[in-house]
Amino acid sequence: MADASRGLRPRPTSPSVWIWRWHVTMAASIVHRATGAALYAGALILMLFALSLASGADGYAAFKGAMGSILGKVVLFGLTVSAFYHMANGVRHLTWDAGAGFEPKTADMTAWVAFGFAALMSVGVWVLAAMTGAL
Amino acid sequence: MVVRSPLGRARGMGSSKHGVGHFIAQRVTAVALVVLVFWAVLAALNLARGGYEEATDWLHSPVNAGLAVLLALAAFWHMQLGMRTIIEDYFARPATKAVLLVLNVFACFGGGALTIIALLKVALGGGGVSV
Repeated sequence: MADASRGLRPRPTSPSVWIWRWHVTMAASIVHRATGAALYAGALILMLFALSLASGADGYAAFKGAMGSILGKVVLFGLTVSAFYHMANGVRHLTWDAGAGFEPKTADMTAWVAFGFAALMSVGVWVLAAMTGAL
Repeated sequence: MVVRSPLGRARGMGSSKHGVGHFIAQRVTAVALVVLVFWAVLAALNLARGGYEEATDWLHSPVNAGLAVLLALAAFWHMQLGMRTIIEDYFARPATKAVLLVLNVFACFGGGALTIIALLKVALGGGGVSV
């Protein structure tokens, strides 16, 4: 019974998010799923655009009013960031499907590129919107 | 006479080639959406400047109507596939998973149908603008 007093050696545990340090490829993966879910909700806006336009001038004016409000613009900006990020990281996934880009340094670099693309394109589109009077 | 079980006969034959539908559909809609979303962003900037008449005129163009319908089709299809993966990852209980997967299909196909019918109603609503 001497063995029992020592207790069992702790079993090896698999790595988990609590043990791993935060890493850009992890963030890229998590944000891909999060933006995908956000775009799921964002598709509602596409549907409301079509339905309000089909309902007539009053309905479309109400839709445009909602989108033009402060809250509407915040939601639309979030949707812009989500769409561009999900697009860039989606292309990253397509290159993996083709068998390329798996080296850790390449994967790190492309993750940063996806984040950078989303930031630049989103700001660029909204600057363009402001310059062309779309806001 | 050779007595073999169905599994024994199937072994070594490889896959039935029917298991990759989800994978392929997700990639094909993804590639389509890269193009369609760029177009949609430019279209949204354009539409934001105008009102009801500009929007209906815009949708009377067969090119715009066609691309808008394709955008809705690809987006709602891709959404259904993506959310299916999320549900399968996070809900292990078979009943919960089944209910959520069916709700996901209803939401995406329902939303897609409403969107496409509404787009077509405007697009096919004649050349003139009726307020």
